[in-house]
Amino acid sequence: MLTTLTQKFRIWLFRPKIESGTVTLNQRRIFILPTRQGLGFAFVLLLMLLGDINYNLSLGYVLTFLLGTTAMMTMLHAFRNMAQLEIRAGRVDAVFAGDAAQFVFHFHNSGRLPRYHLQLRDNNGHSVAFDVPAQQNAEVKLPLPAAQRGWLGSGRLTLFNEFPLGLFHAWSYLEFDTRCLVYPKPAAPTPLPASSAQSGMDILSATGDEDFAGLRSYVAGDALPRIAWKALAREQGLQVKQFSAQQGRELWLDWFLLPALAAERKLEILTRWVLDADVQGLHYGLRLPDIELPPDHGAAHRAECLRALALFGLGENPLPRLQERVARSAGRGQA
Amino acid sequence: MKLDARLTYGLLACILLVSAPHTAHLPVWVSTLCAVLLGWRAYLAYSGGPLPPHWLLLTITLGGVGGLLISFHTLFGREVGVTMLVLLTTLKLLEMRAARDAMVVIYLACFIIITNFFYSQNIPTALFMLITLLVIMTTWVHMQTGTLALFPRLRIAAVLLLQAIPLMLVLFVLFPRVQGPLWGLPQDAYASSGLTDTMSPGSLSKLSLSDAVAFRVAFSGNPPLREQMYWRGPVLWNFDGQTWTPGGAASSRVAQLDSLSGPIDYTITLEPHNKTWLFALEMPTRISIPASMTSDLQLRQKSPVNARLRYDVHTQLGYRANAEEEPFQLRRALLLPRGLNPRARQLAADWRASGGGDEAVMRAALRNFSQRGFSYTLEPPPLPGFNAIDDFLFETRQGFCEHYASSFVFLMRAAGIPARVVTGYQGAEYNDLGNYYIVRQSDAHAWAEVWLQERGWVRVDPTAAIAPARMQSGLAAAVPDSAVLPFMARTQSPWLLKLRFNLDALTNQWNQWVLGYNQERQFAFLTRLGMESVTWQKMALNMLAGVALLVGLLALFMLRRLTVRNTDAAQALYLKFCRKLEKTGIVRAAHEGPQDFAARAMLLKPQCADAIRDITARYVALRYSGRADSGALPALRHAVAVFRL
Repeated sequence: MLTTLTQKFRIWLFRPKIESGTVTLNQRRIFILPTRQGLGFAFVLLLMLLGDINYNLSLGYVLTFLLGTTAMMTMLHAFRNMAQLEIRAGRVDAVFAGDAAQFVFHFHNSGRLPRYHLQLRDNNGHSVAFDVPAQQNAEVKLPLPAAQRGWLGSGRLTLFNEFPLGLFHAWSYLEFDTRCLVYPKPAAPTPLPASSAQSGMDILSATGDEDFAGLRSYVAGDALPRIAWKALAREQGLQVKQFSAQQGRELWLDWFLLPALAAERKLEILTRWVLDADVQGLHYGLRLPDIELPPDHGAAHRAECLRALALFGLGENPLPRLQERVARSAGRGQA
Repeated sequence: MKLDARLTYGLLACILLVSAPHTAHLPVWVSTLCAVLLGWRAYLAYSGGPLPPHWLLLTITLGGVGGLLISFHTLFGREVGVTMLVLLTTLKLLEMRAARDAMVVIYLACFIIITNFFYSQNIPTALFMLITLLVIMTTWVHMQTGTLALFPRLRIAAVLLLQAIPLMLVLFVLFPRVQGPLWGLPQDAYASSGLTDTMSPGSLSKLSLSDAVAFRVAFSGNPPLREQMYWRGPVLWNFDGQTWTPGGAASSRVAQLDSLSGPIDYTITLEPHNKTWLFALEMPTRISIPASMTSDLQLRQKSPVNARLRYDVHTQLGYRANAEEEPFQLRRALLLPRGLNPRARQLAADWRASGGGDEAVMRAALRNFSQRGFSYTLEPPPLPGFNAIDDFLFETRQGFCEHYASSFVFLMRAAGIPARVVTGYQGAEYNDLGNYYIVRQSDAHAWAEVWLQERGWVRVDPTAAIAPARMQSGLAAAVPDSAVLPFMARTQSPWLLKLRFNLDALTNQWNQWVLGYNQERQFAFLTRLGMESVTWQKMALNMLAGVALLVGLLALFMLRRLTVRNTDAAQALYLKFCRKLEKTGIVRAAHEGPQDFAARAMLLKPQCADAIRDITARYVALRYSGRADSGALPALRHAVAVFRL
């Protein structure tokens, strides 16, 4: 009975709701309670007041009241430090399981006061601290561990601050519909399957004369020999050499060709293969029990394949994208 | 968690500032130890070295407490408590490992500030407190903001304090004052200075070196002459050859005063002296606070005066006191230590033998002082012998008021005239800025009272016989220029005089309104402000209401610029144009863009078509073309201004 009442009260008070778009922190959303240090300070002030009364220290009253009212005013300051901030969730880049998903939030402070030392924290204690200067934006990245493949939500986050004296804790709950796609963790390097079904038209026997097609930025899992060390030396960051795929070499990364392993293990191996095949510039297709991505190459294809692997069997049907893709290739065929 | 070195420096500055005023009364070794510990901590923060191990800190702590035990012979009491607080707080800096420790140091610093008020609560102390608080707040803000530079932190701290000051004033005025103490205080809780109830050679001349204010007086009518200002204090009866003491067994009879004349009313604000007696002009007949008058005409309170005390007194300058004194008291007033000062006794006996009654003997004694080469000095030669009075009267002949009062009373008693010593203050300094008089410790004085038939107790000031200037113009006029005198007792250049009167007037206001703001004052003040029948419930309600009101106002002020919406100037002009059209019934729909709206409006108002087209074109160009022409905005403004339908 009491627990349901408490539950109801919490729901009424905090109004848990998953939000999209921009959230503005108004007073309905900001809650304030004294911190433990704040309660300790109240106790110190009480002792001081007793001393003032006992020893009749007029200047002691002045000091005690000054400290007390300062403490009281910090409540308003803590509130003001958060009020009217506008927050929206940003795009989150996909990561591999085991890495940290970087959830991005854009804070906009349209007021003329800088906001100091705000902290964003999830329920498991991962947090990030930041300032939002006056009339500026701040992009805040909250790294959360991505343990499993699939979609990772940010969960309910707490935005809080204890500015300026740490006596009051002002907080607000934020739950955005932002989510991070988590690819399966790539398995240890495993040799690619032999090129299977070679279509008859353009069989090329030569394997060494792949055309250098350009550079792209490094993604976890890229093979070391493909790293453009010269580019790194020119301080252009970690980049990977890409080669134009040989039209004739078609590689099927096939779920059914794998030996009997746990499904997750199979997905990990397939992920590794997708990465390796992409780095080697191969023309590869992906075949899963519920989806088949025809051979292609390039960053978009790679992302498509990884996404299919990430969401495999999670009930989220990637079919629409498949249809889209079929339509696109059909259009290309017509042209 | 390792604390930021900058935070450590801030905390060091806090402790340094709050302990600095205490160095005046801490034992030297404690001040030195604290300074060394602070220096050590600063070096560790600078070098990034590890904090000392626990056993070392424990050793220093135990050593310190042992040292306190040796210095103070106790670990209880105010002095030793304050010393221990300063020492332990300094040590706490050396075991500051986490943010929580830093918080504890901040709290302790606030506590040390309050202990400083035991010793001083004057205006400079208050200003120093504000500076210290600013440093503490700045350091405190650092704990929450971390990376913020010093200046913005200082600004935040200053804003916090400035916002708190009006709230503090409301609390200070309206917080119901309770008459302390709530529990028994240690013996050394109050400082005492000023007159004591004993007098020996040198005791008053030592006091006359002090500038400290004894009390302030505001007369409600014409003030008396300076030489009439005898502020009566302890009356001394017993003499042991060196020292005068009050003596026990005072009569319980009520003092009788008659033949009164020269009424005078005034208010005294007495500095706390931790004694029970009160000062008043001779002779007081009424006092506004509960006090009793002893049979030897002293005003006394039940408890020691340990806070500044204000009282109104009614005095009669002309009086006849105890004309019918008890024989027992008269016998007390004739007692002399047996066998001492034979030459003085002989002198008195000679005067008595020459006839002419009591008054003739008195005159002879005063003539003896004024004609036999006696001088008035702050630095009389010491009188170490048993026959101090003889040595003074016949050998050294240099003395301060206590020498003259003491030897005069001795001579009177030796001649058979009942006499006693009265101590107190003589004279006062007028402050024309505050229209009140200041009586300082340097005005301390001793005189004699003799009992004469029919006339009762009569005041005789033997010092006046040697140095009449002392009564008329003060100490500085009476002693040679070379004498060491307190700064304030010297007459100075006019502007210096004005400056110190200004300062004293300010101090007086401070004492009356800030330090002396007790229950009684609070009630009087609130009544004057218009509060009827003041009760503490009313005060509490008013206090809460006042605080709520002020917090509300501050909140309005603080939360007003949190969002700034910049409406474009061009847009504002266009909206004005739309409003003009609206008056004729052409209302722009929410979905309607400027071009569509213009087309519709031109159809409805063909006579204004050119103007509408022109304004719309200008607005669209300004807002959407991205090219900003400096003349474009004024042109649009003009076009909108002249637009008429």
